[in-house]
Amino acid sequence: MKSLSMKNFFGITLALAAIAPGALSAQQEKPWEKIPIPKLHQFKPQEPERIELKNGIVIFLQEDHELPFVSGSVLIPGGSRDEDAARTGMVGLYGQTWRTSGTAKMDGDAMDDLLEAKAAHIETEGGEDSTVLAWDSLKGDADQVFSLAMDLLFHPKFSVEKLALAQQQEATGIVRRNDDESGIADRESSKLVYGANSPYTREPELSTIGAVTVDDLKAWHNRTIHGRLIIAISGDFDAAATEARLRAAFEALPPVVPEPARHDVFAGPTPGVYFIQKSDVNQSNVQIVGLGMDRRNPDLATLSVMNEILGGGFASRLFQKIRTELGLAYEVGGGFGFAYDHPASFRVVALTQSAFTVETTKQALSEIAGLTTRPFTQEELDRAKDNILNSFLFRYDTRDKVLAERVRLDFYGYPANYLETYKAALEKVTVADLNAAAKKYVHPDKLAVLVVGDSAQIKPGLDDLKLGPVHSIDITIPQPKQAPAAEKNQ
Amino acid sequence: MQIRLRTAAFFLGLAAMALYGAQAQDLKSFEQKITTKVLPNGLTLILCERPDAPVFSYTTFIDAGDVNDPSGESGLAHMFEHLAFKGTSQIGTTDYAAEKVALAKVEDANDAYEAEYLKAVGRDENKLAELKKAFLAAQAEAEKFVVPNQFTDVAERNGAEGLNAATGLDDTSYFWSMPENRLELWAWLESGRLSDVVPREFYKERNVVIEERRMRTDSNPEGRLFEQFAATAYVAHNYGRSGIGWPSEVSQINATEAMEFHKKYYVGANIVVAVVGDVKASEAMPMLEKYFSKVPAGPRPEEMTTVEPKQFAEKSVVIREQTQPIYIEGYHRPDYHDPDDSVYDAISDILSNGRVSRLYRSLVRDQQIAAIAEGFSPFPGDKYPGLFVFGAIPLPGHTPAEMRDGIHKQIEKLRTADVSDEELQMYKTRTRADLLRGLADNQGLANDLAEYQTRYGDWRELFQQLDRVDKVTKADIRRVANKVFVASNRTSAEIDTAAPEAAAKAPAAKDGGAQ
Repeated sequence: MKSLSMKNFFGITLALAAIAPGALSAQQEKPWEKIPIPKLHQFKPQEPERIELKNGIVIFLQEDHELPFVSGSVLIPGGSRDEDAARTGMVGLYGQTWRTSGTAKMDGDAMDDLLEAKAAHIETEGGEDSTVLAWDSLKGDADQVFSLAMDLLFHPKFSVEKLALAQQQEATGIVRRNDDESGIADRESSKLVYGANSPYTREPELSTIGAVTVDDLKAWHNRTIHGRLIIAISGDFDAAATEARLRAAFEALPPVVPEPARHDVFAGPTPGVYFIQKSDVNQSNVQIVGLGMDRRNPDLATLSVMNEILGGGFASRLFQKIRTELGLAYEVGGGFGFAYDHPASFRVVALTQSAFTVETTKQALSEIAGLTTRPFTQEELDRAKDNILNSFLFRYDTRDKVLAERVRLDFYGYPANYLETYKAALEKVTVADLNAAAKKYVHPDKLAVLVVGDSAQIKPGLDDLKLGPVHSIDITIPQPKQAPAAEKNQ
Repeated sequence: MQIRLRTAAFFLGLAAMALYGAQAQDLKSFEQKITTKVLPNGLTLILCERPDAPVFSYTTFIDAGDVNDPSGESGLAHMFEHLAFKGTSQIGTTDYAAEKVALAKVEDANDAYEAEYLKAVGRDENKLAELKKAFLAAQAEAEKFVVPNQFTDVAERNGAEGLNAATGLDDTSYFWSMPENRLELWAWLESGRLSDVVPREFYKERNVVIEERRMRTDSNPEGRLFEQFAATAYVAHNYGRSGIGWPSEVSQINATEAMEFHKKYYVGANIVVAVVGDVKASEAMPMLEKYFSKVPAGPRPEEMTTVEPKQFAEKSVVIREQTQPIYIEGYHRPDYHDPDDSVYDAISDILSNGRVSRLYRSLVRDQQIAAIAEGFSPFPGDKYPGLFVFGAIPLPGHTPAEMRDGIHKQIEKLRTADVSDEELQMYKTRTRADLLRGLADNQGLANDLAEYQTRYGDWRELFQQLDRVDKVTKADIRRVANKVFVASNRTSAEIDTAAPEAAAKAPAAKDGGAQ
């Protein structure tokens, strides 16, 4: 690299310019291409040990002795998409109350005192398709913390007071949910894709969280605890002793009861332009949404490469056009979302000053439509593949990441070598694949456009998009006859 | 790319500032793994060998941030940071010699436009429109030579992960992770942008940054609240100034100013580069030395003379708008060199860390008036005297006044009674464990090594500060609480929810800025 001094450098460039003025496509020397890239050091990620008990419960053990910590988790199938619609938010409340209530032997507050003094943690959380109990501690405290975690798993208490506390926290989130522009846009655009009452997007309301009782939490726990649990331990532990402890705790349980299969229907949005008024902003949040993908889709690798070209990095079409070339947005990007057991959403987002709302929306729509009209080039394909494949090892460069990936694959029933086959498929993607997949999956006429912003500043107005009438969405927060939070405060 | 906002972390319930400590043997094991070298230009290189996987992470830490922006140019450090992604004379251009000429014309056209725009008397609107047209033409001419985003493109194609940068008030950092066989390529890219920046696409990028301000500050209730809070708490020091820049100023920063900032602050003595991962110091150091020696030497920039005068009057900000209520208050405290630095961390830990903390147990669990209640420091920076901030988010039906009273009760308790042995010990134990946990992550470790090397002149302080942590006593906590948490040293800020018609028009309603 030093061979090319600055002086030479200019000399060469000027000479070229003299011969071929205006030959702009021919770039000057690319010194970085002369830098050697040696062979990557050999690397075989350490796979965790997998043990399947006779009752169907699965255990993963991932040893890592670098630091003196041990962490563990129990993943339990069943989440908010499986809860009763009239009690939407129940699983979230369960996730909080489970831990804060503690057990018959030790209440949650006493558990806080004991754990924090050891810089240890046990936490519980409710998610969309699962709930989780997780813990971590210094190595010396690992046995005691494990016992406490098992006590919480098998003998939870669920107290009325802690449920009330969780309901208050949740109510705070509900009454504040329209303060943040991005929060509104993300939430409401998802509702456009899945429907307002879909198990994937329905919102907890003051009335639905107020309807939740301690008995609901107990019933949920007693049902899901019999599911196909996945236990994962990582860190500085002894594998043989830990396996023995886990067998002692889980082997005698009855055979697992699988979570019933879901039969959701995903229709996608009703195309059109939707608008939500927010008067205290000077920037519009524009979201263009449709139905996305299930990871089992056979064209997943091709779509992943297409994502990279559309909105992946600095060189993506959306970024280049809307941010770099036009300076219209700081935040811009998007593409097909992928979920493991249902279609995720397709989403392109751009945040732009109010006056440029229409222009930015048009540009984003044009880039989406361009996937089907502007053929992909070999250069785009090569770049996207380089981007994805050269950073691929960051999916498994730590033992914790390898473990988390294996747990995830096991939970959703994917083969353990999924990453390898996915990588192999990515390597094989061609320009023809991209063009075919765009024709098959990109349907600009099936997308919904949502704008959150201040109509007084959005000039020209959204009518200028010429995509039909603009539908206003009312996001007023429904008030129950009596707010549950106020009720419990003297 | 991003402006660092510690305020956001507060309301996400994350710890505001990580604090560390560890046992002596950890320092010893790190002594074996870490090699440090100060180059003739003053730049410090730190290499930490951690060969678990064939990857490395780096942080380039510049001891300059938006606190160093000249008067009238708030947002400049952050604006420059964006420029550092636009390439150099060797990357991002089809013909640098010609581009250089074209860029000079852009700058002249912008100067002419600005001079007319800023005329207090006799501004000629027709002439202004002409000048604008000329500016846009010059800009379009310069763009003909640009290979857009080539710098980041080369990094991403070579596996860069988590590529980003952050500008705070105190400092600016650049970082990403890469496969280890790209170490030399990275060194070429990074040393290139530190030493050879080109003001490419500057004025479009300025629009991007203004858009970032709209997102983080103007259109965000907490962004608005914290900006007004800091601006009220400080009367003299730049900590009171908007970090991302006041709209009228950030919209008029020009490329010449950005390049002057670079010349002054991006000198070897002001830069630490830390690399952590699968690297061998014996092989890598000579190569890195070759590349990073290109960074200009230059004198270390002079220290700031402004010292915030002692506050003697309580101040408050009340924002009446449609969003939900929030309450915050802050007290001036000394900078991180103060012998009591760890005492402030102990107070923060005891008041705010987890469900055992005093503010959680009093305001959230027992009184049931708040969803979140915390105290943390320093805000908005740590290099100069900052604030110790308390904040709470009321439950529905509760008010900022109740948050204030609840917080004051806890402060009074700190002033009048010792904390318990258990509370103090918990702080020390958790601090130790947090340090150890942080060592597992290449990127986190690179950030810490670079920051501690810059702030203390020695990365070892990351471990050695445990001594100070261990020395904190109950009496220290009471003494500091009595010294700092007094009404005359207080600034408070709150959002009072107002009905739509009564709400003041937020600044967002009227877009500031020149263009």
